[in-house]
Amino acid sequence: MTYRFTTGEELLEICGEKKMTIAQVMLAREVEMSKRSAEEIRGQMLDSLNVMKTAIQAGLHEGVKSVSGLIGGEAYKLSQYAATHEPLSGRDMFQAMTNAMSVMEVNASMGRIVASPTAGSCGIVPGALVSTGLRQGKTDEELVEALLTASAIGFLFSRNATVAGSEGGCQAETGTASAMASAAIVEMMGGSPAAALSAASFTIKNILGLVCDPIAGLVECPCAKRNALGTANAILSADMALAGLETAIPFDEVVDAMYRVGKVMSPTLRETAMGGLAATPTGIRIAERIFGPGHGRG
Amino acid sequence: MVDYSMFDILGPVMIGPSSSHTAGAARIGKMAHKFAGDDIKSVDFYLHGSFAKTYRGHGTDKALLAGVLGFGESDDRLREAFEIAAQRGVAYSFQEKDLGDLMHPNSVKIVIRRTDDSEVVLIGSSIGGGNINIVHLNGIDLTISGEHPTIIVRHNTSKGIISGMTNILMACNLDVLYMSFHKKKNRDDEGVMVIEVSDVVSDEALRAIRTFPGIVDVYLI
Ligand code: SF4
Repeated sequence: MTYRFTTGEELLEICGEKKMTIAQVMLAREVEMSKRSAEEIRGQMLDSLNVMKTAIQAGLHEGVKSVSGLIGGEAYKLSQYAATHEPLSGRDMFQAMTNAMSVMEVNASMGRIVASPTAGSCGIVPGALVSTGLRQGKTDEELVEALLTASAIGFLFSRNATVAGSEGGCQAETGTASAMASAAIVEMMGGSPAAALSAASFTIKNILGLVCDPIAGLVECPCAKRNALGTANAILSADMALAGLETAIPFDEVVDAMYRVGKVMSPTLRETAMGGLAATPTGIRIAERIFGPGHGRG
Repeated sequence: MVDYSMFDILGPVMIGPSSSHTAGAARIGKMAHKFAGDDIKSVDFYLHGSFAKTYRGHGTDKALLAGVLGFGESDDRLREAFEIAAQRGVAYSFQEKDLGDLMHPNSVKIVIRRTDDSEVVLIGSSIGGGNINIVHLNGIDLTISGEHPTIIVRHNTSKGIISGMTNILMACNLDVLYMSFHKKKNRDDEGVMVIEVSDVVSDEALRAIRTFPGIVDVYLI
């Protein structure tokens, strides 16, 4: 039972003691728990990477539409814009968020994605991590390693807080995804385990309190754009950590703060579509257009 | 469930749009399928909390039904669940129902009638990221996460069951991770044992459990 960490602090201890990366500890933990070989586990993670890459491409085409018709075509528009303009947020950042939105559109159109950690946040890890990795010339092996890091961070949130919008709001869902991507980017770029946890802490601190208020209760709007934001958040936080900035509040306490904020959030702001944007006159009108009269309020 | 695999976190690979409302729902349905089997006449879904409010747009209804029909969360046929149920002659209904304040917001009660008129009643919660908990089975409150291979034993006596089961598990070299006992209210003669093990369960082990005195039924999840 050597690799079974339950907190960020324990994870850092194991990394320090054994001179291992977060990715390596997470892999050793999985081997220990599942009794599967490291190769087999990496192989399954490679399959997930490929689903992510396929989803990135699939949503960039013209004509993608969600089941409700609420979103679709945004990623295509973004790539058209980038073909004729110099994006203000910079090429790499712009591509990353375009990819994130592409994956979200695939999800909303009942296509195949990897929940990371949830489907509502499935654009962020591909958008931030995979795009950055590809841009930096990382191999599939290196990307798989980075996904291992991401899963370690997601595990800590799942274990010690929540990753469900219905329990902790959007901060829990897209926040966790950003934290995962951000820490993984840091480790992929050679940062230390402590720096990776700092990056994860930054992402959460940046969006603490973000509510979950999906229009018509569908994981589409504002979700797709929040995945774009989460992608940017992950990349910014990774840069800050790689520059040596450290989190004032330790990772585990940030996770706990997020959890407690989620607990006191009104249920109307936790995926029920009864508050926030979903409860605006236009949000209600959209819901009634999709579901029929009377279905506007939650 | 605290021993998440990395594939619970980065995963599942699934058909969108929602891990809790689509993939989790499919998994709860599939769990019900394990208990009910293929010979079913009808199924009624009672949707609670957020499931009740937002199920239509997430395809929660399709996912639940697809699961009950035996399909997994990454199966393309999930989209055609209504049509497939019609082809198989399985009647279905969806109703909103408050299952109580303590129930997780993404929960559903599933009532399945088999062709032999027996019933399976199950309540499941989708607890995030596609992970689920079964919290009720045929009149008994319990917890089944389905994370590890799980043996579910229904028994009609309490005498000697625990030692009997542990003996069998030991003889079959099975490592028990978690074991729990659940009884119907005010009844000693009807209970369920949930045994999570770390390894694949052999047919031999199942046979030994099934033939033990007092065992009514055994399921492997
Ligand atoms: S608003 Fe809610 S449903 Fe949308 S991405 Fe955020 S947590 Fe998910």
